[in-house]
Amino acid sequence: MQKYTIAVLVNNQSGVLNRVTSMFRRRQFNINSLTVSETESEKFSRITVTYEAEPEMNHQIVTQLYKLPDVIKVKELNKDDSVNCELMLIKVKNDPAARDDIRTAAEAFKAETVDYTRESVIMRITGDSRRIDAFITLMQDFEILEICRTGVVSLERGSTTIAQLDD
Amino acid sequence: MLLSGADIIVRTLIEQGVEVVFGYPGGQIIDVYDSLYRCQDEIRHVLTAHEQGAVHAADGYARATGGVGTVIATSGPGATNLVTGIAAAFLDSVPLVAVTGNVPSDQLGTDSFQEIDITGITLPITKHNFIAGSVETLADTIREAFRLAKSGRPGPVLIDVPKDIQVAQAEFTPGEPVPAAEKQSRADVTEAVETIAQCNRPFVYFGGGVIASGAEQAVTELAEKIDAPIGCSLMGVSGVATEHPRFLGMQGMHGHYASSIAMHHADCIIACGVRFNDRATGDTGRFAQGAKVIHIDVDNAEFLKTVKAALCLKGDVGLTLARLTAALKKQERPDWWDEIRKFKAREEEQIDHREGLVPRNIYALLNDYLTASTPVVTDVGQHQMWAAQYLRFEQTRRFISNGGLGAMGFGMGAAIGAALGTGERTVLVTGDGGFGMCLTELATAVSNKVPLVILVINNGVLGMVRQFQTIWYDRHYAGTVLDRQTDFVAVAEAFGAKGARVRSLAELQEAFDTAFAADGPFLIDCAVHRDELVLPMLPPGGSMDDIIVKVED
Ligand SMILES: Cc1ncc(C[n+]2csc(CCOP(=O)(O)OP(=O)(O)O)c2C)c(N)n1
Ligand SMILES: [Mg+2]
Repeated sequence: MQKYTIAVLVNNQSGVLNRVTSMFRRRQFNINSLTVSETESEKFSRITVTYEAEPEMNHQIVTQLYKLPDVIKVKELNKDDSVNCELMLIKVKNDPAARDDIRTAAEAFKAETVDYTRESVIMRITGDSRRIDAFITLMQDFEILEICRTGVVSLERGSTTIAQLDD
Repeated sequence: MLLSGADIIVRTLIEQGVEVVFGYPGGQIIDVYDSLYRCQDEIRHVLTAHEQGAVHAADGYARATGGVGTVIATSGPGATNLVTGIAAAFLDSVPLVAVTGNVPSDQLGTDSFQEIDITGITLPITKHNFIAGSVETLADTIREAFRLAKSGRPGPVLIDVPKDIQVAQAEFTPGEPVPAAEKQSRADVTEAVETIAQCNRPFVYFGGGVIASGAEQAVTELAEKIDAPIGCSLMGVSGVATEHPRFLGMQGMHGHYASSIAMHHADCIIACGVRFNDRATGDTGRFAQGAKVIHIDVDNAEFLKTVKAALCLKGDVGLTLARLTAALKKQERPDWWDEIRKFKAREEEQIDHREGLVPRNIYALLNDYLTASTPVVTDVGQHQMWAAQYLRFEQTRRFISNGGLGAMGFGMGAAIGAALGTGERTVLVTGDGGFGMCLTELATAVSNKVPLVILVINNGVLGMVRQFQTIWYDRHYAGTVLDRQTDFVAVAEAFGAKGARVRSLAELQEAFDTAFAADGPFLIDCAVHRDELVLPMLPPGGSMDDIIVKVED
């Protein structure tokens, strides 16, 4: 199994996300993360999906997606040629014994404290998924109450865009 | 002109060249029926007994004519009754447009009476589907549905039209039938040319994609040029004339021995419009291990899905084959043909020479009554495989069978559609099980005086499943013994058709004489022993080395 990130440019219409995710389900691919939003044009949405697949089967999902009339472009994004980023909110139990250690860890990772009570701290951190995973590992020394991650967003480096891709 | 949405639907169907639409009415499609009533001189509506019959009929119509089949149904149960038929068309890449009514837009999502999320249900079994959003865009949505259905790899498209959109009015300007997307072939063929030039035992293998592309002649021309034998999948049957000297027949699980074995021993397989389904390949790990596969298909997603081809050429099969053949030099391969003759000799040794009412003799007799243009439709089971093995075809699109989904009950509807589409007397070869599933369509055939010869291969059992039980389940015949008291001839008569029961070849001949001269449907209840097997047989997941040609009692 290998990790893949693809960006799927689709018509910005209701039901399209369902068509795209349904294809992953039907072809037996497991989605690890998914983000969707409007793009520079209100006509299109951009779906970024990370998933794991056997390399020889990756062709399957990409070509199947391309057959959906609402899919305009599919771009595989590899780590070196793209900028990847994720955002996480993490809620940790606050108590006098842990307080200083939590703050030190947060500072080291440039995580921002966005909510602070006597019982809990919420921190916000952005970065690539590895960095976020590392921060979670660190936080496991304390009591993690809740985590919410956005999933990966990704753009290719340089001036080329997904819309310019050849079919 | 200002028209209602319902009128726009019917006018657009007429504009798209639809002559026959199959369907069944209901509350949420009643406006479309009103429109059909007023347009009955321009478009024929065929009322079936069940929506499943209607969608299979539209499918059979499309398969036999090469055009787009159309079907309409009401919301809820009408729509869900289409599902099996849409799936059957999807898996065999048949161009189909289905129009369903639905509850008014403001009731969608409220579980109102007979509301069903049919676009959700059919998402994985359509090329695409639409919920009509406004009466203004309705005509263009239908046109787009036709374009999608017939472009590239064909398939079914569904349009769900809420009732308020059928009633609302909009300006309508008639247009032209939308053309399919232009056929393309841009793949580089140089490597394929080299591979073929260097191989010694090429095998040209084709499937339904060749028929969809109209590439039948391109297949035989390639085979001529490189001196190769030809074989096909179930979906390819009738694409090349059975008597063509290069044609070895269907390969695969119940394929012709020589065809399966030649493919297994080939060193280069030129695969045209096929998808290497498990019934065709057996264990893919052991499938034609010595062969380089050159895979030609219009659908990119078929490449490397099950069989890892050495070369994948994307594009229209006919255009790509023409370019490939033009670039190849004429070759002769006497050694390969020596081997092939040996395979054929071994196939001949397996011929069933028994006398009487046994499958081979039944189908041989049927062959005498088929003309080049007679469509033969099958249901699913042993009778289907015998039809694919024993029947002779001269013209393409004359063998109509539901390969991918394998839906019993396909036959009656599809045969009606094929007969109405071609104007030819049509033969349905069915089983006592499958016929029992959708025999209510006898009513449709009688009402519309459809010339059908319905040959029920009556073995009293669900033969194909029972065959598995015979070989792999210690003859535990669970759920496969029918032994029903149904009198099929009386059933036919009750529906207003005619029929005959035959218990010998002579009686069968007599019945064929009557059936092939009858005005409407004629049913022949033909007894076959329940222990008859379809051979050869490849064990599921086996390879051609495991092929079973004989089963001891
Ligand atoms: C709708 C449906 N249900 C079940 C099956 C599984 N199945 C495949 S062949 C077969 C037996 C068919 O029996 P019959 O129609 O009598 O044909 P025979 O094999 O006896 O010729 C069955 C049950 C199927 N293909 N389709
Ligand atoms: Mg039977």
